[in-house]
Amino acid sequence: MTLIILTMTAALLVAGLFFFFAATVGFLRFPDLYTRMHATGKGDTLALLLMVAGLALFNLYDNFCWMGMVQSVKLLFIAVFWFIANPTATHAVLRAAFESGVTPWTKDGTVIIDKTEGEGA
Amino acid sequence: MGNFFLGTALALCFFIFLCLYRAVWGPTVFDRIIGAGFVGTKTTILLLLIGFIYRRIDMFVDLALVYSILNFISTLIVSKYFIKKGVHSHQL
Repeated sequence: MTLIILTMTAALLVAGLFFFFAATVGFLRFPDLYTRMHATGKGDTLALLLMVAGLALFNLYDNFCWMGMVQSVKLLFIAVFWFIANPTATHAVLRAAFESGVTPWTKDGTVIIDKTEGEGA
Repeated sequence: MGNFFLGTALALCFFIFLCLYRAVWGPTVFDRIIGAGFVGTKTTILLLLIGFIYRRIDMFVDLALVYSILNFISTLIVSKYFIKKGVHSHQL
Protein backbone atom coordinates (compact mmCIF):
# COMPACT_ATOMS: atom_id res chain seq x y z
CA MET A 1 0.00 0.00 0.00
CA THR A 2 2.75 2.41 0.92
CA LEU A 3 4.55 1.72 -2.36
CA ILE A 4 1.44 2.63 -4.35
CA ILE A 5 1.03 5.96 -2.58
CA LEU A 6 4.71 6.84 -2.90
CA THR A 7 4.78 6.04 -6.62
CA MET A 8 1.57 8.03 -7.18
CA THR A 9 3.05 11.01 -5.34
CA ALA A 10 6.24 10.78 -7.35
CA ALA A 11 4.27 10.46 -10.58
CA LEU A 12 2.13 13.50 -9.79
CA LEU A 13 5.15 15.58 -8.83
CA VAL A 14 7.03 14.62 -11.98
CA ALA A 15 3.98 15.40 -14.11
CA GLY A 16 3.75 18.81 -12.45
CA LEU A 17 7.41 19.38 -13.16
CA PHE A 18 6.91 18.44 -16.79
CA PHE A 19 4.13 20.98 -17.19
CA PHE A 20 6.22 23.63 -15.50
CA PHE A 21 9.00 22.88 -17.94
CA ALA A 22 6.61 23.03 -20.89
CA ALA A 23 5.24 26.36 -19.70
CA THR A 24 8.78 27.70 -19.20
CA VAL A 25 9.83 26.67 -22.69
CA GLY A 26 6.67 28.25 -24.08
CA PHE A 27 7.31 31.38 -22.06
CA LEU A 28 10.83 31.72 -23.44
CA ARG A 29 10.39 30.72 -27.05
CA PHE A 30 7.03 32.06 -28.20
CA PRO A 31 7.29 35.05 -30.54
CA ASP A 32 4.69 37.36 -29.07
CA LEU A 33 3.41 38.60 -25.73
CA TYR A 34 0.00 37.05 -26.13
CA THR A 35 1.30 33.61 -27.06
CA ARG A 36 3.60 33.67 -24.02
CA MET A 37 0.66 34.61 -21.85
CA HIS A 38 -1.22 31.72 -23.42
CA ALA A 39 1.46 29.22 -22.44
CA THR A 40 2.13 30.60 -18.99
CA GLY A 41 -1.45 31.13 -17.93
CA LYS A 42 -2.50 27.56 -18.56
CA GLY A 43 0.74 25.74 -17.97
CA ASP A 44 1.47 26.73 -14.42
CA THR A 45 -2.14 26.40 -13.27
CA LEU A 46 -2.20 22.74 -14.26
CA ALA A 47 1.30 22.15 -12.94
CA LEU A 48 0.36 23.70 -9.60
CA LEU A 49 -2.73 21.48 -9.39
CA LEU A 50 -0.76 18.31 -10.10
CA MET A 51 2.02 19.06 -7.65
CA VAL A 52 -0.33 20.17 -4.89
CA ALA A 53 -2.40 17.01 -5.38
CA GLY A 54 0.75 14.90 -5.09
CA LEU A 55 1.83 16.70 -1.92
CA ALA A 56 -1.63 16.48 -0.39
CA LEU A 57 -1.68 12.73 -1.08
CA PHE A 58 1.73 12.32 0.53
CA ASN A 59 0.68 14.43 3.49
CA LEU A 60 -2.37 12.21 4.05
CA TYR A 61 -0.15 9.15 3.99
CA ASP A 62 2.55 10.77 6.11
CA ASN A 63 0.64 11.99 9.19
CA PHE A 64 -2.75 10.36 9.14
CA CYS A 65 -4.49 12.40 11.87
CA TRP A 66 -7.05 15.18 11.97
CA MET A 67 -4.34 17.81 11.70
CA GLY A 68 -2.95 16.03 8.65
CA MET A 69 -6.32 16.14 6.95
CA VAL A 70 -6.71 19.84 7.74
CA GLN A 71 -3.32 20.49 6.15
CA SER A 72 -4.24 18.48 3.07
CA VAL A 73 -7.48 20.45 2.72
CA LYS A 74 -5.50 23.69 2.99
CA LEU A 75 -3.11 22.38 0.36
CA LEU A 76 -5.99 21.64 -1.99
CA PHE A 77 -7.43 25.07 -1.25
CA ILE A 78 -4.27 26.62 -2.67
CA ALA A 79 -4.89 24.75 -5.91
CA VAL A 80 -8.57 25.74 -6.00
CA PHE A 81 -7.71 29.37 -5.27
CA TRP A 82 -5.07 29.43 -7.96
CA PHE A 83 -7.49 27.91 -10.45
CA ILE A 84 -9.76 30.92 -9.86
CA ALA A 85 -7.07 33.56 -9.43
CA ASN A 86 -4.70 32.83 -12.30
CA PRO A 87 -7.18 33.34 -15.16
CA THR A 88 -8.25 36.60 -13.57
CA ALA A 89 -4.66 37.81 -13.25
CA THR A 90 -3.84 36.76 -16.81
CA HIS A 91 -6.93 38.57 -18.06
CA ALA A 92 -5.91 41.71 -16.20
CA VAL A 93 -2.44 41.64 -17.75
CA LEU A 94 -3.95 40.91 -21.16
CA ARG A 95 -6.33 43.85 -20.95
CA ALA A 96 -3.56 46.16 -19.80
CA ALA A 97 -1.32 45.01 -22.65
CA PHE A 98 -4.03 45.32 -25.26
CA GLU A 99 -5.06 48.82 -24.20
CA SER A 100 -1.43 49.91 -24.11
CA GLY A 101 -1.26 49.12 -27.80
CA VAL A 102 0.70 45.84 -27.91
CA THR A 103 -0.34 44.42 -31.28
CA PRO A 104 -0.51 40.62 -31.68
CA TRP A 105 2.21 38.99 -33.79
CA THR A 106 1.30 37.60 -37.24
CA LYS A 107 3.47 35.36 -39.39
CA ASP A 108 3.56 37.68 -42.43
CA GLY A 109 3.30 40.92 -40.49
CA THR A 110 -0.18 41.99 -41.61
CA VAL A 111 -1.86 44.11 -38.97
CA ILE A 112 -5.03 42.36 -37.79
CA ILE A 113 -6.21 45.01 -35.34
CA ASP A 114 -5.62 48.58 -36.48
CA LYS A 115 -6.05 50.89 -33.55
CA THR A 116 -7.65 53.74 -35.53
CA GLU A 117 -11.05 52.06 -35.77
CA GLY A 118 -10.97 51.67 -32.00
CA GLU A 119 -10.70 55.42 -31.35
CA GLY A 120 -13.19 56.20 -34.12
CA ALA A 121 -16.12 54.45 -32.36
CA MET B 1 11.21 10.54 0.16
CA GLY B 2 12.92 13.66 1.42
CA ASN B 3 15.60 13.39 -1.24
CA PHE B 4 12.96 13.19 -3.92
CA PHE B 5 11.44 16.44 -2.69
CA LEU B 6 14.91 17.97 -2.64
CA GLY B 7 15.45 16.94 -6.27
CA THR B 8 12.09 18.37 -7.30
CA ALA B 9 12.87 21.61 -5.49
CA LEU B 10 16.24 21.87 -7.26
CA ALA B 11 14.57 21.28 -10.63
CA LEU B 12 12.07 24.03 -9.82
CA CYS B 13 14.94 26.38 -8.93
CA PHE B 14 16.46 25.62 -12.33
CA PHE B 15 13.17 26.46 -14.05
CA ILE B 16 12.91 29.71 -12.08
CA PHE B 17 16.41 30.57 -13.22
CA LEU B 18 15.44 29.73 -16.80
CA CYS B 19 12.44 32.03 -16.96
CA LEU B 20 14.29 34.90 -15.27
CA TYR B 21 15.70 35.67 -18.69
CA ARG B 22 12.35 36.80 -20.00
CA ALA B 23 11.59 38.58 -16.73
CA VAL B 24 14.75 40.67 -17.10
CA TRP B 25 15.13 41.16 -20.87
CA GLY B 26 11.45 40.90 -21.79
CA PRO B 27 10.82 43.38 -24.62
CA THR B 28 7.66 44.81 -23.10
CA VAL B 29 6.77 45.56 -19.51
CA PHE B 30 4.02 42.96 -19.58
CA ASP B 31 6.51 40.18 -20.22
CA ARG B 32 8.09 41.16 -16.95
CA ILE B 33 4.72 41.10 -15.19
CA ILE B 34 4.01 37.61 -16.49
CA GLY B 35 7.53 36.55 -15.60
CA ALA B 36 7.06 37.77 -12.04
CA GLY B 37 3.74 35.93 -11.80
CA PHE B 38 5.28 32.77 -13.18
CA VAL B 39 8.18 32.88 -10.74
CA GLY B 40 5.63 33.51 -7.99
CA THR B 41 3.74 30.33 -8.81
CA LYS B 42 6.91 28.30 -8.74
CA THR B 43 7.95 29.88 -5.46
CA THR B 44 4.64 28.78 -3.93
CA ILE B 45 5.41 25.19 -4.87
CA LEU B 46 8.98 25.61 -3.69
CA LEU B 47 7.69 26.76 -0.29
CA LEU B 48 5.52 23.69 -0.04
CA LEU B 49 8.40 21.39 -0.94
CA ILE B 50 10.64 23.03 1.65
CA GLY B 51 7.88 22.51 4.19
CA PHE B 52 7.81 18.82 3.34
CA ILE B 53 11.59 18.56 3.52
CA TYR B 54 11.76 20.21 6.95
CA ARG B 55 8.71 18.22 8.07
CA ARG B 56 6.95 21.38 9.36
CA ILE B 57 4.08 21.26 6.95
CA ASP B 58 1.52 23.26 8.96
CA MET B 59 3.68 26.39 8.91
CA PHE B 60 4.67 26.23 5.26
CA VAL B 61 1.17 25.50 3.96
CA ASP B 62 -0.02 28.79 5.40
CA LEU B 63 3.04 30.56 4.01
CA ALA B 64 2.38 29.19 0.54
CA LEU B 65 -1.30 30.08 0.73
CA VAL B 66 -0.59 33.69 1.72
CA TYR B 67 2.14 33.91 -0.88
CA SER B 68 -0.12 32.81 -3.74
CA ILE B 69 -2.83 35.29 -2.65
CA LEU B 70 -0.29 38.13 -2.53
CA ASN B 71 1.11 37.07 -5.89
CA PHE B 72 -2.35 37.27 -7.42
CA ILE B 73 -3.12 40.68 -5.95
CA SER B 74 0.25 42.12 -6.96
CA THR B 75 -0.23 40.97 -10.57
CA LEU B 76 -3.61 42.70 -10.65
CA ILE B 77 -2.29 45.94 -9.20
CA VAL B 78 0.81 46.11 -11.39
CA SER B 79 -1.14 45.45 -14.56
CA LYS B 80 -3.72 48.07 -13.60
CA TYR B 81 -0.89 50.57 -13.08
CA PHE B 82 0.69 49.89 -16.45
CA ILE B 83 -2.47 50.25 -18.54
CA LYS B 84 -1.50 53.52 -20.19
CA LYS B 85 1.90 54.25 -18.69
CA GLY B 86 4.03 51.23 -19.37
CA VAL B 87 4.59 50.73 -23.04
CA HIS B 88 6.38 53.41 -25.12
CA SER B 89 5.99 53.37 -28.87
CA HIS B 90 9.54 52.18 -29.56
CA GLN B 91 9.10 49.20 -27.21
CA LEU B 92 6.26 47.52 -29.13
